Amino acid sequence: MAEKYLTRSFDPAGPRSFKTYADTGGYSGARKALAEMTPAMVMGEVKAAHLRGRGGAGFPAGLKWGFIPQASPAPKYLCVNADEGEPGTFKDRYILAHDPHLLLEGVVIVSYAVGIHKAYVYVRGEYEELARRLEEAISEAVSQGALGENIFGSGFSLNVLVHRGAGAYICGEETALLESLEGYRGQPRLKPPFPASVGLFGNSTVINNVETLANLPGIILHGADWFLGLGKPKDGGTRLYSVSGSVVKPGVYELPTGTSLREIIFTHAGGLAPGRTLKAVIPGGLSSAILLPGEIDVAMDCDSLAAAGSMIGSAGIIVIDDGVSMKTVLDRVTKFYAHESCGQCTPCRVGTSWIRRIVRRMNGGGRRADDLDRIARLAEAMKGRTFCPFGDAAALPVLALIGKFRTELEG
Amino acid sequence: MTTGFSEGLRARIDNIFARYPNRRSALLPVLHLVQRERGFIGPDDEILVAGLCGLRPVEVREVLTFYTMFRREPAGRRLLQVCTNLSCAIRGGGRILDHLRRTLGLEPGQTTPDGRFTLVEVECLGACDKGPCLMVGEKLHEGLTLEAVDKLLRESG
Ligand SMILES: Cc1cc2nc3c(=O)[nH]c(=O)nc-3n(C[C@H](O)[C@H](O)[C@H](O)COP(=O)(O)O)c2cc1C
Ligand code: FES
Repeated sequence: MAEKYLTRSFDPAGPRSFKTYADTGGYSGARKALAEMTPAMVMGEVKAAHLRGRGGAGFPAGLKWGFIPQASPAPKYLCVNADEGEPGTFKDRYILAHDPHLLLEGVVIVSYAVGIHKAYVYVRGEYEELARRLEEAISEAVSQGALGENIFGSGFSLNVLVHRGAGAYICGEETALLESLEGYRGQPRLKPPFPASVGLFGNSTVINNVETLANLPGIILHGADWFLGLGKPKDGGTRLYSVSGSVVKPGVYELPTGTSLREIIFTHAGGLAPGRTLKAVIPGGLSSAILLPGEIDVAMDCDSLAAAGSMIGSAGIIVIDDGVSMKTVLDRVTKFYAHESCGQCTPCRVGTSWIRRIVRRMNGGGRRADDLDRIARLAEAMKGRTFCPFGDAAALPVLALIGKFRTELEG
Repeated sequence: MTTGFSEGLRARIDNIFARYPNRRSALLPVLHLVQRERGFIGPDDEILVAGLCGLRPVEVREVLTFYTMFRREPAGRRLLQVCTNLSCAIRGGGRILDHLRRTLGLEPGQTTPDGRFTLVEVECLGACDKGPCLMVGEKLHEGLTLEAVDKLLRESG
């Protein structure tokens, strides 16, 4: 009975063409915005819908756009974050693979609301095939008058370009993404100034995740109340939950914000294989704190997960069964962050690689009595003390693992 | 010595420049193009790219060494990238890597002496629901078994 909007026509056979998208009501949100609404009305509707960012931080989209100085004559930019590097997350891949025009329609709507005429879609390097398909979808949209000059005869123009990354998790962080787009190493910038005032090429820039923007056509077409009715009062809409690991039916599930984690795993993703029992769940991508089986009756929305001591992040749910050793989990987590640290600031560069060395030694049989305490101290030393939120992303999962599985990790 | 880029490549690079307000921003797409044509980005290519983008060669090297997808040495004809991140590991990614190690006699990062395969271990490829997965060239293969890997090896390269 849950209403599906984003995935209503995911076609396993491949991406929808402009024609099939338009024939099933596609681009009518953008048409409505351009023909019947002022930019301020569009922004107001999105604010009222409480659309929170789907990229990880959960920041309200309408509020973020409001920080863009409207009066300035300087060019403004949109950067679409399609870097999708958070391990356990694959929902943006589904949107790009099945319904690229849903994203492009969202791009038109935000650009019209904010007064943007040039957008770059930053696609992670490994999604080469998807980047090519997106370029084809863009050409199609241009030839049909949905992008480019004078969109749908409204006088509004927008140029959309695809930019590919080249393999660096940190480039999903918004200011590292900007650096990468400008042709530099993907090392985050200090904030403030925020990208809304000083972003791409020094200009005001909006950065939003693919899924965030894919929600815009529905909000404009059906209104903020409809959107809020799907989800929670301060966190509207549905979400694309990526479920992977030890479940019978891994995949992307579109369900209301605030659906219980237990329901997602057991009702929708088919539960665990026969004979397996649940040991732990990572609820919001590898960077989120791990939960015990007793903690999975939590509602999957930004505030509820924060209250449970974790975070919804990218809603990448990794299910772990009793056959998986927590030593393996600690190994994988610490290896990832040591590999992906950009090296710019000392606590992160030294912290992640030091933790990694200790874990390797432990798993190689050279365990010392105080290893876990030492790792926890190093993680604490990173927390809140790094240049960008990567340090927290590296520290929090490690601290949660040690806090909840100390006995097993010591054994 | 530097032989310069082919006319076709130059034309594609010029197309890229038209998409950005300055040439430096085109650096990543240009490096992708050069790697695609040459197989890797060597010291001569660094100098050529620097000239085209208005940079010093060291600035090009600084960028290209940051990103894991850029190679500074030739790779085998088929690049095998195995995901061993957590979701794939739970579904047997480690076994796939070990199997490739044994079958090809390679450690991650190495190339077979006949130049057919290069083996690389990579982080999450964003296909965790279909793990374990492996990219051969730019094509993603999902839900792999050891038999499926053997078949891929026979059919590749
Ligand atoms: C280390 C790190 C990695 C991130 N990776 C991604 C990513 O892959 N995709 C994404 O959309 N946001 C990612 N983010 C969040 C972005 O910085 C930013 O908040 C987001 O793109 C904003 O879009 P939204 O408000 O629509 O979510 C990451 C943040 C950090 C700190
Ligand atoms: S963990 Fe292998 S694709 Fe995500």
